[in-house]
Amino acid sequence: MSVSTDSLFMLFWLLLASYAAGILLPFCAPRKPHIQGMVGSACSCAASLIGIALGLSGLVAAEPLTAMLPAPIPLLAFAIRLDPLASFFVLTISLAGLAAAIYAMGYLKEFHGRVSVATLAALTNGFLLSMTLVVMADNGFFFLMTWELMSLASYFLVVTEHEKEDVRHAGFFYLVMTHVGTAFVVLTYLILFQSAGSFSFESFRHPEQALPEGMKTLVFLAALIGFGTKAGIVPLHGWLPYAHPAAPSHISALMSGVMIKTAIYGLIRVYFDFLGGQFPWWWGFVILVIGTLSAILGVMYALMEHDLKRLLAFHSVENIGIILIGIGAGMIFQTYELKEFAALGLLAGLYHTINHALFKSLLFLGAGSLLYATHTRNMEEYGGLLRRMPWTGLFFLIGAVSISALPPSNGFVSEWLLFQTLFLSVQLPALFLKLILPIAAALLALTGVLALACFAKAFGISFLALPRSAHARQAEEVPIPMRVGMGILALLCVGLGLAPMIVVPLLDRITGPLTGASISHKILALDGWALAPGTVQFSSISPPMLAAMLILSGLLGLFLAVLLGGRLMTRSHKTWGCGLTLTPRMEYTATGFVQPMKRVFSTIYQPTIKLETEFLEESRYFAKQRKFEFHIEPVFEKYLYDPVVNAFWGIADRLRILQAGSLHLYLTYIFVTLVILLLFAV
Amino acid sequence: MPPLIQTISLLTAQVIVLLTVSPFLVGLIRKVKARLQCRRGASLFQPYADLAKLFRKQPVISTASSWIFTTTPYILFASTLSAGLLVPTFASQTPLNFAGNIIALVYLLALGTFFLILAGLDTGSAFGGMGSSREAIVASLTEPAMILSIFAIALTAGSTNLSTIVHKTALLEGIVTDPSPHLMALAALFIVALAETGRVPVDNPATHLELTMIHEAMVLEYSGRYLALVEWAASLKLAVFLSLIANVFAPWGIATTLAPASLGIGLAVYVVKIAGLAVLIGVIECMFAKLRLFRVTDLLGVAFILALLGLLFFYILRS
Repeated sequence: MSVSTDSLFMLFWLLLASYAAGILLPFCAPRKPHIQGMVGSACSCAASLIGIALGLSGLVAAEPLTAMLPAPIPLLAFAIRLDPLASFFVLTISLAGLAAAIYAMGYLKEFHGRVSVATLAALTNGFLLSMTLVVMADNGFFFLMTWELMSLASYFLVVTEHEKEDVRHAGFFYLVMTHVGTAFVVLTYLILFQSAGSFSFESFRHPEQALPEGMKTLVFLAALIGFGTKAGIVPLHGWLPYAHPAAPSHISALMSGVMIKTAIYGLIRVYFDFLGGQFPWWWGFVILVIGTLSAILGVMYALMEHDLKRLLAFHSVENIGIILIGIGAGMIFQTYELKEFAALGLLAGLYHTINHALFKSLLFLGAGSLLYATHTRNMEEYGGLLRRMPWTGLFFLIGAVSISALPPSNGFVSEWLLFQTLFLSVQLPALFLKLILPIAAALLALTGVLALACFAKAFGISFLALPRSAHARQAEEVPIPMRVGMGILALLCVGLGLAPMIVVPLLDRITGPLTGASISHKILALDGWALAPGTVQFSSISPPMLAAMLILSGLLGLFLAVLLGGRLMTRSHKTWGCGLTLTPRMEYTATGFVQPMKRVFSTIYQPTIKLETEFLEESRYFAKQRKFEFHIEPVFEKYLYDPVVNAFWGIADRLRILQAGSLHLYLTYIFVTLVILLLFAV
Repeated sequence: MPPLIQTISLLTAQVIVLLTVSPFLVGLIRKVKARLQCRRGASLFQPYADLAKLFRKQPVISTASSWIFTTTPYILFASTLSAGLLVPTFASQTPLNFAGNIIALVYLLALGTFFLILAGLDTGSAFGGMGSSREAIVASLTEPAMILSIFAIALTAGSTNLSTIVHKTALLEGIVTDPSPHLMALAALFIVALAETGRVPVDNPATHLELTMIHEAMVLEYSGRYLALVEWAASLKLAVFLSLIANVFAPWGIATTLAPASLGIGLAVYVVKIAGLAVLIGVIECMFAKLRLFRVTDLLGVAFILALLGLLFFYILRS
């Protein structure tokens, strides 16, 4: 299918116009928050729909769309280029954007009268626009501008509820970390600029002649730290569990679902596009190790969280890790010229990217619905919500099944592809790597099953059994727009799981040019009904067939129940509470649920438990009251972030001597500086 | 026979074999245990009678629970049976070979575990929650060992599709001369199977003591046909693991062609093989005590290391 460049160009301008309208129009209805929210959300909806069209047509277009506007500053050009990689990310951003915008039509009521809804709506549009432009930018300077716009828009969105102390702290932490990251991204581009002589991405490509080996390594590391900070890789993930929960929930969905993916985009763009896929094996190895570490530690810290949004934020660290495992394995294969396997690794990573964007946005919107209905983020105060909020519960369950990579969901398909990539390590020449990749696969399996445990906890404690608080008892199902927003994502999760035969050829259009091997016809076997990297003999799955098997076997179970048991009648009764009436206080808590994990993995958690007991004066056998405290050692904050912050404070303390508050002293400084500058001038 | 009819009849045969053989395995293990404990024990066919009785009983549903509780037995039954369709039983070529490899099998079983954990939490009883929590930790420790041992086997056979592995091994294709990687993977997978099917020394299927039970605690609130389905699914899972071990490591005698004689021999050999494994499990259950929950880590750690060594041996032997 061919799409004319003209129609793409028109779509692009329509996209810009809708977002611009979304930024300006909400301010035209002062003191009517309801209208402001509706107008802003409607504009983002329209823009997202256009973005979806643009992304899809960009993926199938024969030629990438390019456009350039001259800019007033030298070296800068407002250049955009919509190649398949960029189109894929535009599509991902727009899909999540659409769901979040529809959801916001209901959710923004939460903020009426508390904060300026117009600003919130305008910032949301600005945030979506800047993310879309980041992945489309074709000029380093322009990229950095949009990158910074994205960071600032998201910062202001994080501090929406700035009257709260912890929100301000989260926002500041985010602001500092994101700028540290940006500094390294700037460094990456400056090094590339030095050899290319221009900021245009075209000149960045294939610098192997111009760029010495050491400089290439520097580009690798700077890009890893710069983009890694945004992506939230371990150990640079510190800001993520603070910033994402602090933002309004539909913004958390966008930040966790798609904003961190722009960093994945950046990494692929720099490594595979600019450096042309030419790298030593240890680059891929480093990415693989960081990916595995992020996956494992992300899910482990998530397990211990009982604040639903923080739990989800830690899962973003985990999933970024899973995506990086795919990219890292792809890079290792690329080094050894095993291009088809490299393409498979990259494809698995990208598949997981869009899957994670969908199910993580869905789960964050679900968490937002719980917050909307109960006004608390503490899981221990939920319970029994599936009966009160059946739709939210169903959608959250679909998200939970997808993120736990259970068949036949989309998460299962991408993780399965990832496992196959890692198993293909048999073909690698080095024994060390042959062993490392299967171990990564084993750790990926551990990650998967811990995620399963974590979401069994999250869903089980929040939605099942008896309500644990008055909030949960009075909860009501959320308004229709919020349900529609979640429903779209839930459908997409199911769809992308059942139809890999549509997704894989599209992804192949990205990975083909980047790795030099087109693999979609090789992966798709049996007319697209099965996926078989390698051959059908080596490994294959057929997600539609698995779904059919599950449904038919379930029906067989039902049939057997009727056949052997007759009429399906049931009787209800209270759960036996050992002779007492069962109360929510007797239920298993989230803390209790993860207690075995805490003990088994105590090396990682380093838990500290404090138990203070006050006894009755008459007898030491009877306790008057007990106080129990439990903490997990925040290893990274204690050993990485705090020393840096303390060193910073120490330096600032010393430098304070310069700023004594005396005007004469300041005049002297100016005078001395002037003299020194004059000396240099001579 | 036209291929479609052939496929459907093979599938039907597989379903019938799995569904009818699995309760027998449970009965056999109980009988072996009883004999070793100098009891006469119940009939080998008692589990069938239990199932028939349970199906006819009206289930009691907790007022605290939701649709998760009543749907879980069907999901569990469906996911376990689907996993069973991916494993070769009496014939080395399963018709659904293309539908999923061994990773798909692991994740199908995980789907059942996920919903069972939810169902354990759904009634609000602390016992269910306790079982769910323990099941979650046991599952997380078994999975990595399982994936690694699978990989060690897949390396030798050059495939991760179960039918292909079994078929090739049965025809003695692509087998390395030294079986040590295979043996280590076998040991690892056997430990995994004990843990996954809730057997001593990880869990005790015969106990209802709140301090020790895992699987039984999760399904404590089930009754009637729901309990029947859960029990049947549990025995199916046992059959799946035993078939996996029997056919991957000792596929000899399995039907490699679709000739009636070959299929007949295959079925007889299959039943003998998994019955032998069931007897072995019964003996193990009598000889070992159940481990404390936090000592299970060590056992599963051993499984993980064994699988890793199998992998290492494979590479060293080949180079």
